[in-house]
Amino acid sequence: MLDNHAKIMQFFSVAQEVTGRKKMQKMIYILQKSGVPFEEKYNFHFYGPYSEELTLRIEELCNLGFLNEVKEDKSNYYQYNYTITDDGMRFLQQFSLDMPDYREKVDKLKMKSSRFLELVATMFFFDDLPIEETVEKVHTVKPKQKYSEEEINEAIQFIYQMKQ
Amino acid sequence: MVNQPKTNIKCAEQILTRKMFKEWMGKMTYKNEQLSEEKVFKDPVHRYVHVRDRVIWDLIATPEFQRLRRIKQLGTTNLTFHGAEHSRFNHSLGVYEIVRRIINMFEDRPHWNKEERLLSLCAALLHDLGHGPFSHSFEKVFKLDHEQFTQRIIVGDTTINQILEKVSPGFSQKVADVIGKTYKDKLVVSLISSQIDADRMDYLIRDAYFTGVSYGHFDMERIMRVMRPIDDQVVIKSTGMHAVEDYIMSRYQMYWQVYFHPVTRSAEVILTKILHRAKELFEDGNYTFKLEPVHFISFFNGDVKLDEYLKLDESIVQYYFQLWQDEDDEILRDLSERFINRRLFKYVEFNPNLQMKEWMKLYKLFQYAGIDPEYYLVVDSSSDLPYDFYRPGEEGERLPIHLLMPDGSLKELSRHSDIVEAISGKKRTDHKLYFPKDRIEELEDKQLVKQIKQILYGQGEVENVR
Repeated sequence: MLDNHAKIMQFFSVAQEVTGRKKMQKMIYILQKSGVPFEEKYNFHFYGPYSEELTLRIEELCNLGFLNEVKEDKSNYYQYNYTITDDGMRFLQQFSLDMPDYREKVDKLKMKSSRFLELVATMFFFDDLPIEETVEKVHTVKPKQKYSEEEINEAIQFIYQMKQ
Repeated sequence: MVNQPKTNIKCAEQILTRKMFKEWMGKMTYKNEQLSEEKVFKDPVHRYVHVRDRVIWDLIATPEFQRLRRIKQLGTTNLTFHGAEHSRFNHSLGVYEIVRRIINMFEDRPHWNKEERLLSLCAALLHDLGHGPFSHSFEKVFKLDHEQFTQRIIVGDTTINQILEKVSPGFSQKVADVIGKTYKDKLVVSLISSQIDADRMDYLIRDAYFTGVSYGHFDMERIMRVMRPIDDQVVIKSTGMHAVEDYIMSRYQMYWQVYFHPVTRSAEVILTKILHRAKELFEDGNYTFKLEPVHFISFFNGDVKLDEYLKLDESIVQYYFQLWQDEDDEILRDLSERFINRRLFKYVEFNPNLQMKEWMKLYKLFQYAGIDPEYYLVVDSSSDLPYDFYRPGEEGERLPIHLLMPDGSLKELSRHSDIVEAISGKKRTDHKLYFPKDRIEELEDKQLVKQIKQILYGQGEVENVR
């Protein structure tokens, strides 16, 4: 029961705080693609892989009082930050989840900007293509982001590390 | 027919044999070929669906598209609203028709690229091609993704693919990219998938029509008239805001009244558990099915080939459920019988935070009573449903609906409309606990029955008011 909810809660217990919904979306996706068994279904949206299911699940966890959501006014947009609550910790303790240890990966992800994670997630999304085509595809779907060659190389390195 | 200079044609005729020439002409013009007269499909929602392009006509005739007739749009909803028997075929034609009408209106507007017409129509028609029977439950249990199958059907070895490649080499991939939302022209993508797109507009109106509910209607013609293409999305002229408010209301109403209807969800819960049970029995290895579940084996093994996927339609699934009523396994037999005869689970509202302890007690009591809680005590959440309603979201998360203001600026819908703001601020999540009330009441240990019911219903009776 509610195993997928518990997995997300466990992510927050590892990550402590996540700043921004976009960053959270990309973090879960990258972890999923790196072999952590999250089951949220992702589609490609304007800003890269995005899961409506995850959005709704997070909303459920907030409404249940398991996650704390803080809305920050960033003048031209809002940013939502998340932390786990005491009720959330108690909920999580009821479960014995069979999840790998991915703390190191989360630490690496947290240090990166959401722009960079968007790039990494997008590259993961097209990972069935040969690398040159993946890069080409990134430029096709995200012409406005204008990712530099340097960033792309960094992303390739990062993906390699995440898959370890 | 394409307007070719006459001399060129003559010249070509001299070089090529007549037969080769005919073939060449066919290829060159296939993408522009028009039927000698317009064909129409009678449709209860759009009155008529109009087809003039040969390509569209040929796509509709393929086995892969005809298969959609055998898959219901709303899965188990017909157990609640008996009219809801319409198929994915109906809906796919509807989305095609809406996109066709929008394109007609966009034709001379800036930002719209006329060359993308056929691509948009094909993508609209084929966007749901990969749906299987009771798609969502199958996806959850067997870890599949219908959108991936849509891609595979379009670019794989299928009749659909042959037709698309006849338009031009690489065209099938373009269609797949539009449906997958990774195509370069975002305007084309947003016709089929955005917060106000042809897909949603068709299913909301169609589902309202076939379920017979009286909410969920909105003025689609009006919305089409106020749609404006800009470089990477479709926006709404601000004077059309009220028509869009109706659309948002429709999404809200249909969500709670139809898509998340607890009786439909109950049937969905049972369906999911049937699939789980069959899979478990198969994996167990010691169980022998009376009839070998041939059509399911690749699903159980988690490696589904395209042709196997296409073979499994709703009638096949129903056939197995029918037969599984006579299986030796008590759980599979009982769940199948429940599904076929609509003996569904009952439900209570459930709060996983406040009622976690109660749930654990129930779990143990069910085990004690010999009713396997893994199959008979099920929590269903709003996030288990593939529908949503409008929310503006965070910057950079996903694209909201924008109004085009008289001064040319864009404004997010909920910041301008009080109605939309009110709806999008509402709590939209819900959890319910499903269980077979009849089984509990049949238990001989009346003390146990009382104990279970006490937890389920507390002091009062079932509370199903939202």
